[in-house]
Amino acid sequence: MASILVENLVKVFNGLRAVDGISFEVKEGELFGLLGPNGAGKTTTLNMLATLIKPTSGKAFVCGFDVLKERDKVRKSIGMVFQEPALDSYLTGRENLEFHGMMYGLSRKKAKERTKEALKIVELEEFSDKLVQTYSGGMKRRLEIARALIHQPKVLFLDEPTLGLDAQTRRRIWEYIKKLNKERGVTIILTTHYMEEADFLSDRVAIIDFGKIVALDIPENLKNVLGGDVISIEVENPENAKNIFEKLPWVKKLTQENGNFYLQVEKGEEKIPLLMKIDEKEAGFKIKSINLRKPTLEDVFLYFTGKTIREREASQSERFKERAKKHRR
Amino acid sequence: MEINFIAIYVLWLREMKRFLRSWSRVVSALMMPLFFLIFLGFGFKGAFIPGVGETKNYIHFLVPGIIGMTLITTSMMAGISVLWDREFGFLKEITVAPVSRISIVLGRILGGMTTSLIQAILILLISMIMGFKLPNFLSFLFSIIVMILISSGFIGLGLIFASLMKDIQGFGLIMQMVVFPLFFLSGALFPLSNLPKFLRIISYFDPLTYGVEGLRRTLLGNSFFPFWFSFSSLVLFSILMIILGAYFFEKSEI
Repeated sequence: MASILVENLVKVFNGLRAVDGISFEVKEGELFGLLGPNGAGKTTTLNMLATLIKPTSGKAFVCGFDVLKERDKVRKSIGMVFQEPALDSYLTGRENLEFHGMMYGLSRKKAKERTKEALKIVELEEFSDKLVQTYSGGMKRRLEIARALIHQPKVLFLDEPTLGLDAQTRRRIWEYIKKLNKERGVTIILTTHYMEEADFLSDRVAIIDFGKIVALDIPENLKNVLGGDVISIEVENPENAKNIFEKLPWVKKLTQENGNFYLQVEKGEEKIPLLMKIDEKEAGFKIKSINLRKPTLEDVFLYFTGKTIREREASQSERFKERAKKHRR
Repeated sequence: MEINFIAIYVLWLREMKRFLRSWSRVVSALMMPLFFLIFLGFGFKGAFIPGVGETKNYIHFLVPGIIGMTLITTSMMAGISVLWDREFGFLKEITVAPVSRISIVLGRILGGMTTSLIQAILILLISMIMGFKLPNFLSFLFSIIVMILISSGFIGLGLIFASLMKDIQGFGLIMQMVVFPLFFLSGALFPLSNLPKFLRIISYFDPLTYGVEGLRRTLLGNSFFPFWFSFSSLVLFSILMIILGAYFFEKSEI
């Protein structure tokens, strides 16, 4: 059964199509990534699924409930971690969690129990009675993930879960996310503009640009679209080498740049030993160095949109400024 | 639109915890009314002011006015404090919960009302040290009801402002341009009968006028308007503000 079903969802803000007719399906227990630059429409999509804003048109179902007609049922079945912290800093970590539980209809006793459990998962037990204003950014994010679990939602929405965190804390958050998904079977949708995050965490990734999904598949397949791996080889006597490389049946595309060759191949790691078996004396060239590069989602984004994600973010903010100017007039 | 009592309780409890943990804020909110009470109260102790009443001296006349002042400032603050929740993101956590907005508004009003009332009663206690005498128990009970009406009305008004404002920049402006004029026009510091006619007519449109009048009637036993008139005006004001506050809060974006 599909945990989330989105059909042709559209959201227009001031004449700008922030989300422009997207459709996708998330299976139960899946970890689904929405990857795209800032302003691509990821957060807007998430907010529509969480019933925080109303779609302009289109349909969406979460756990079988219509986000337009069954608001409270949707809300009870989801947990949400916002991009910016949404904690009360004058309350302790424990109080934030217990209050959340009671707002979601748990008894005080149940709320206390679940709070204890959730604090354990994110390893914040020893800080639980400190005011949240004393927490670091990473601790706040962990507390929010814990809070989103208190009412045991079937689906968890994470909006840029590691934005602004240092590398070490990011790793730790990733581990919690994986653990929740694998051990507890929570369906997770996360948005991110970090390539490696989408790649590492997601079972499937939807690449979203200008409010549209440009590609959707498992990360491996997305990267295979590019035609496999790239092996770069530096050689002496490139003329002789070229003859040999051209005859190799598994090279899909060969490019030469002086003494450097770029071989586009599938399963590059299995091809390197084959290259090493070439008899150098007989062939009349010598390999100086070999480098195998796996394509990243960055390459995939570039392939589908013609721009790197960073370039796109710069142009995106330009676009918003233009809109804002027009609107003011 | 169902009312969720547990959610109301949780939001009320949150206000209580925050209140008890921020004593500096409480003290600073009470400073202004305390200064007015102490300096005007002692300063005009023997002065004859027409309309104040013959047997009572000025301090008795002043106390209900200062309680009105305490209520309007703390209640408006409680209503507008939604802005801080929006600024620090907590509003999102509340709005994504499976709870109707009316429950959120009611929780907020109850929480704000409790803290306002505590502060008003603190002022009343201090004025008793200064020589103010409490009326009989029944009148005192009525004065509490009047306080509740003043407080809920102004929390509603604060909510309206908070829902219409985008950020906390305008907060100081509201306090200066709304709270102070309403306070001075209400006749909290002097008898309304002493005002020139056109100012007095404006003061009839000030809800705090009826609040202070209601407090004077219940705490002192004399007032400019009959009690039923101030009381029903206050009830009307309070209900209207709660409904409008809930309406604007419902419509505001997170």
